[in-house]
Amino acid sequence: MEPGWLSAEEWQAVVLSLRVSFWATLVSLPLGILVALALARGRFPGRQLLNGLVHLPLILPPVVTGYLLLLTFGRKAPVGSFLYEAFGIVFAFRWTGAALAAGVMAFPLMVRAIRLSIEAVDPKLEQAAATLGASRVWVFLTVTLPLILPGIVAGAILAFAKAMGEFGATITFVSNIPGETQTLPSAIYSFLQVPDGDAAAFRLVLISVSIAMLALLLSEVVAQRVARRISGR
Amino acid sequence: MTLDVRLKHRFAGFDLDVAFRSPGGVTALFGRSGCGKTSIVQAVAGLLRPDEGKITLADAQLLDTARRIEVPVHRRRMGYVFQEGRLFPHLSVRQNLLYGHWFTGGGTATELSRVVDLLGIAALLDRAPASLSGGEKQRVAIGRALLARPRLLLMDEPLAALDEARKAEILPYLEHLARESEVPILYVSHSLAEVTRLAAHVVVLDAGRVVRAGPASAVLSDPLAAGTLGAAGSGALLEGIVLCHTADGLTEVRIAAGTLLLPRLTAAPGSAVRLRISAEDVILSRQAPVGLSALNILPAEVLGLEPAGPGRVLVQLQLGSDRLLASLTERSALALGLAPGEPCHVVLKSVALASSGDAPD
Repeated sequence: MEPGWLSAEEWQAVVLSLRVSFWATLVSLPLGILVALALARGRFPGRQLLNGLVHLPLILPPVVTGYLLLLTFGRKAPVGSFLYEAFGIVFAFRWTGAALAAGVMAFPLMVRAIRLSIEAVDPKLEQAAATLGASRVWVFLTVTLPLILPGIVAGAILAFAKAMGEFGATITFVSNIPGETQTLPSAIYSFLQVPDGDAAAFRLVLISVSIAMLALLLSEVVAQRVARRISGR
Repeated sequence: MTLDVRLKHRFAGFDLDVAFRSPGGVTALFGRSGCGKTSIVQAVAGLLRPDEGKITLADAQLLDTARRIEVPVHRRRMGYVFQEGRLFPHLSVRQNLLYGHWFTGGGTATELSRVVDLLGIAALLDRAPASLSGGEKQRVAIGRALLARPRLLLMDEPLAALDEARKAEILPYLEHLARESEVPILYVSHSLAEVTRLAAHVVVLDAGRVVRAGPASAVLSDPLAAGTLGAAGSGALLEGIVLCHTADGLTEVRIAAGTLLLPRLTAAPGSAVRLRISAEDVILSRQAPVGLSALNILPAEVLGLEPAGPGRVLVQLQLGSDRLLASLTERSALALGLAPGEPCHVVLKSVALASSGDAPD
């Protein structure tokens, strides 16, 4: 099923990367919206702490983030062993762990985009909705959410692109196992380590660049379309 | 439906401390910008939580800080028309109008068509808010508030953001609404013209306090409220009936004290009109004047005199069952020997039409 110009190993890395990034984005999206809401609108003690925590992966060396994930979600680590015993969920050296690492690394970008769009929503519109009988939940669903949709789309696509390129934290946390945790960047890295891997690495680089470009283009088109619909023109 | 409001709130810079009652119909909150009008309306809607207060609408407690009662905004059913419209940009005009339907059940097909006709917005239904003019937006905002089946309509300077032409476009709809609607209206304005056209009841505010409250005709002809209303603003509001149109281009209007002649009105004979006579347009005479060009001369009685600035007095007069204000110099008041109970004649230099009974086209 893989195209003829790619080896099975290369194709495997492409498919795995897409799967890891897809799940990383999908699972972190609801959480990203909640955190963005809390940061944009919340007035609670520890808001700055939350803000710092969310942005930490952006400024820490990826190796450090990967190592911290290992310390937290490893099989023998506190959270990791609890998740395994309670739900049978394993992150260490699995593709799910790659998705977790990618999600954590992409999270600041996602939250930032969504938060900006929330801050751009005029609270006066939400007040108007409340006077018309909408409770807070309904105000969010019928006014806030549709108005921040462009930000959510932009945040999700940005996170997806970032997840596709994640390397440092992933390789530290879940290593570089072909077929399980060897994503596109890990595969490129591996091919560059062997004497005649240059051609394969170059093919993967091309794919990597195309996917990134495609994601960016798509985000532009979708965001524009959504913005047009929302502003009512 | 009576609305009882008692509020105390400390803002940076000024204290709001008001108590008033609105007996239903259109009640205007009138005063300069920054006197606390909007804060009052926000508190009634539940958008502002006052330090202390009690708000009762008919038999429903909306707020009672002493008993820790505070009905949340979305359960108060206050139709709020904001100064800037605040239409939802992502919804069409029709969807905006029907927004309250999801929560209040208002906006059935009959209600929708009635409101759409009342406001003349049938042609706009499928448009997007961004493509509407200021006046159109405001009419849609009024319709949206009405279709949420409000118990009370709060209108916070709905015309303030519009130019004169747009105001003139909407005022007839508001007049029509004020007459037709069973929903009481709390109307915030700093424009005397709007208040005299629409309100049956007026609450005059100044620096967070109620200066005067009562029926519109009584408040506007009250010399004590003149300080807030301004000399040009104070005057009288008279109800009249159009009698006939004369051959020489005038209209006869009957008021309580007699008949007035006005430049030709469009209102048909038999229809009710509201007339405004500014205190500065009234001349007093002790004897029945003769040989004057003024057409409208009526007998009246002096009720009281009130100083109004350096060298000027406001004279309150009884004109039939109506009250009238005249602005005079102190010197003329002395020369005429005006005192409470003295008879005199009023000469009206001009009488303005405040509102007519015509429905908007």
